[in-house]
Amino acid sequence: MRHIISVLVENEFGALARIAGLFSARGYNIESLNVAPTQDGSMSRMTIVTSGTDEIIEQITKQLNKLVDVIKLTDLTESSHIEREVMLVKINAAGAERRDEVKRLTDIFRGKVLDVTDTTFTVEVTGAAEKLDAFVDAIGYEGLIEVVRSGPMGIGRGEKPLQL
Amino acid sequence: MELSGGEIVVESLRREGVKHVFGYPGGSVLHIYDAFFKQDEVQHVLVRHEQGGTHAADGYARATGKPGVVLVTSGPGVTNTVTGIATANMDSIPMVVLTGQVALPVIGSDAFQECDTIGITRPIVKHNILVKSVEEIGPAIKKAFHIATTGRPGPVVVDIPKNTTDPNVKIPFDYPETVDIRSYRPAERGHMGQIRKATEMLTEAKRPIIYAGGGVVQGEASEELRTLVRELEYPITCTLMGLGAYPGDDELSIGMLGMHGTYEANLAMHEADVILCVGARFDDRVTGDLDKFAPYAKIIHIDVDPSSISKNVKADIPIVGQVKPVLEDMLTCLKEVGKNQDVTAMEAWWKQINQWRSIDSLAYEKGDQIKPQEVIESLYKATKGDAIITSDVGQHQMFAAQFYHFNRPRQWLNSGGLGTMGFGLPAAIGAQLACPDQTVACVTGEASIMMCIQELSTALQYNTPVKIINLNNRYMGMVRQWQEMFYDKRYSMSYVEALPDLVKMAESYGHVGIRVEDPSELDAAMEKAFSIKDRLVFLDIVVDQSVNVYPMIANGKGHHEMVLSPSQAEIDDAEERDLA
Ligand SMILES: Cc1ncc(C[n+]2csc(CCOP(=O)(O)OP(=O)(O)O)c2C)c(N)n1
Ligand SMILES: [Mg+2]
Repeated sequence: MRHIISVLVENEFGALARIAGLFSARGYNIESLNVAPTQDGSMSRMTIVTSGTDEIIEQITKQLNKLVDVIKLTDLTESSHIEREVMLVKINAAGAERRDEVKRLTDIFRGKVLDVTDTTFTVEVTGAAEKLDAFVDAIGYEGLIEVVRSGPMGIGRGEKPLQL
Repeated sequence: MELSGGEIVVESLRREGVKHVFGYPGGSVLHIYDAFFKQDEVQHVLVRHEQGGTHAADGYARATGKPGVVLVTSGPGVTNTVTGIATANMDSIPMVVLTGQVALPVIGSDAFQECDTIGITRPIVKHNILVKSVEEIGPAIKKAFHIATTGRPGPVVVDIPKNTTDPNVKIPFDYPETVDIRSYRPAERGHMGQIRKATEMLTEAKRPIIYAGGGVVQGEASEELRTLVRELEYPITCTLMGLGAYPGDDELSIGMLGMHGTYEANLAMHEADVILCVGARFDDRVTGDLDKFAPYAKIIHIDVDPSSISKNVKADIPIVGQVKPVLEDMLTCLKEVGKNQDVTAMEAWWKQINQWRSIDSLAYEKGDQIKPQEVIESLYKATKGDAIITSDVGQHQMFAAQFYHFNRPRQWLNSGGLGTMGFGLPAAIGAQLACPDQTVACVTGEASIMMCIQELSTALQYNTPVKIINLNNRYMGMVRQWQEMFYDKRYSMSYVEALPDLVKMAESYGHVGIRVEDPSELDAAMEKAFSIKDRLVFLDIVVDQSVNVYPMIANGKGHHEMVLSPSQAEIDDAEERDLA
C-alpha cells in the first residue's frame, strides 16, 4: 500500500543523504521525496511517498526513527490528512483550436497559465497526485513537452501539528 | 584555557577518561599527533594497519564495555578502517573513530588524500559528524561518545579537517559537561504493562526457553539474567554473541543455538511454546529458515532498539527498553505474579531436553592426528576456563564457541555479525591492553591470521603477551566444508597453498613460536605456552584437515532438520527421536 511519511529532521549537513541512503541500502521503495526548511530554520520537513506491506512500512518508520538526525515522524496515511503536489507543464499549443482546448482543460483543473509563446503554454496545476495524473492524461502524451512535479507533500487534518 | 584544535582533541579524550587510542599518523592529523606528543595521560598505541587499529579498539571495547577510540589520517587511513567500523557496527560495539580530513576550503576538490569520509562510512556507523570549525571539535567529540555508548551502542565517526586543528589558532576551551540531542532519545525502562503480560506468559508456559544474545553482554545485564533463569529454572540458550551472558557450564544452560548450535538448544527452540528473547535479533544464522522457525511459540522480545523487534520474527509481546532495567522489572513482576508453573509440564519438558542432550551432539572421535575440538578442550584446561578468548572466522571460531565454556560476559570476543577474518589478533591486543592482568588467547586459522598478521609487530612494541592458538588445517576449513557438502567436493580456491612457516614468522617478529603435530604433545605444549607469561606465543597446531563442524543446520532448513555428525546420527537413530 502507498504511504506518505512526514519527517522532521535536523537541518544539518548530510541528513538528506542519510535518509535517501537508508532507503537504497535496505531496498525500500521510494516514489518521491521532498524537503525544505520549516518555520523553525533548524528543522527541515521531508515528505516521503513509499509503498510496501505493513511489516515493511513498520520497519521503514522504525529505521527512520533510529537515525540520529530524525526528530519526529508520522505516517500521514494512518489518519485523515491533506495531500498536495505542484506540477509545472509545458504544453504544445500551436493553432487556435488547440490553444482553446488547453486553456479550457487548465480551467477545468483549476490550473494557471504562467507563460505563453506562439506555440506553447506553461501551466501550473496543484492538487492530489491523482488529479495531476488526470490532467496529464487529458492533455495527452503528444501534447506534453516538459513535466515537472514536486512530489506530494502532506499535512494532517485538525489542530494537532507534527512538532517537537 | 586557550587551546588549539589539536590540543582540544587530546583534551576532550582525556576528559572522556580515555586511556588508549589506537591509531596511525598521516598528513591531515599531524597537528593532532603533535598535541599527543606533548602529554602522556592518553596513550597512543601505534598499530601497523588502520584495520588492525579499529579491531584493536573494538577488542578493547568488547573486553571492558568502554568505548574504543581510533585516530587515523584522511583518504587511505580512512578507507582502511572501513572493515573494522563495519565489524563494530554489526555487533553494536561502542567506538569513536577520529579521522583526519583535508582542509575545509579544499573539500570537494579531489585534494591529495581526500575522500568522502562521511559518505563512505554513513551506512556502517551509528552516526557521523563533520567538524566545520575549531569551536565544533569539543562538542562533536562529546556528542560522539554519548551516541556511541548509549541506547544500542555503535561506532561514531568524527571527521576533522586539518585547518580546524591549526596550532596557531587557539580558542578558549570548555569541554561540555553534558549533551542533549533533541533528535536522539534512546529507550530506557520498558513498558510496565508489557513486562507484566510477559511475566505472566512466561510463568504459564509449558515448554519455555530463554534465548539470550549480545545485548545482554553489551547491556551489562548478565547478573539479572542469571537471577531470572535460576528463579524460573528454565532452559537457556545463548547466541554466538551472547556466550558468557549466562555461565556456559551451568546445568540450566543448553549451549549455543543456531547453525552450529547444540541439538538440544535447537530442538528446544523448535518445540518451545514460549520464547523469551533477551537482547538478540533473530539473525538468519540463529533462526534457520524463517518459515520453519519455532512454529508453536509465542514470542516475547526485549530489545533497546525498536527496529530489531518484529524485523525477522513477529513478536507477540514486544518490550522496548534497556535489557538490565527490563529484567529488573521482570523480576519484580515475577515476585508479584508468583511462580505458578505447571510442575508436571516442566518436568516433562526437562526430561525431553535431557534426552536430546544425551545424544551429545558435540561428541567427536580422537585419532592419530590432532582434532581441532581437542585443541579447544586443551586450551580450556590450560587456562582453567578463565581466559579472554578472541577468534577469527571459520571452523576454529565455531569450535571455540562450542568447546570453551564461557562463564562470564566479555570473555568471548568475536565478529559474529560481519564475520570478519583478521579480527582475532588485533582484538586480542586491544583486550590485553585493556585487561593487563588477564590471560588473553586468540583462536585462529592459518587463513584468517594472515589477514592482520602485521599486528604481531604492534604486540611486540606494546608487550602484549597474547597466546595465538592457530588451528592449522591448511584449508579455509569453513569454505572447504561447504564445498564438500554442497559443491560435490570441488574445493575451489579453499586450499591455502604456499603457507609461510608460521613458527619462524612469529620468531622473526620477536615472539615465541611452537609447532605441535602429535596429539600426545598437545597438552604439554599448551601448558608451556601459557607458562610464558611475558611474551607472545604463537602455537601453530597442525590439525586433521578433514574435520567438519557439527551439528549443522544447512541453509534453508529449520531447527528440527539439523544434521548430526555421521557418528552421532547413528546413536540418534537408535534412540529414535521422541518429539513432544
Ligand atoms: C574478510 C573475509 N573474507 C572472506 C571470508 C569468508 N570466509 C569465511 S570462513 C573462511 C575460511 C577461514 O579459514 P581459516 O582462517 O583457515 O579457518 P578454518 O575455517 O580453516 O578454521 C572464509 C574465507 C570472511 N569471513 N572474511
Ligand atoms: Mg584453516
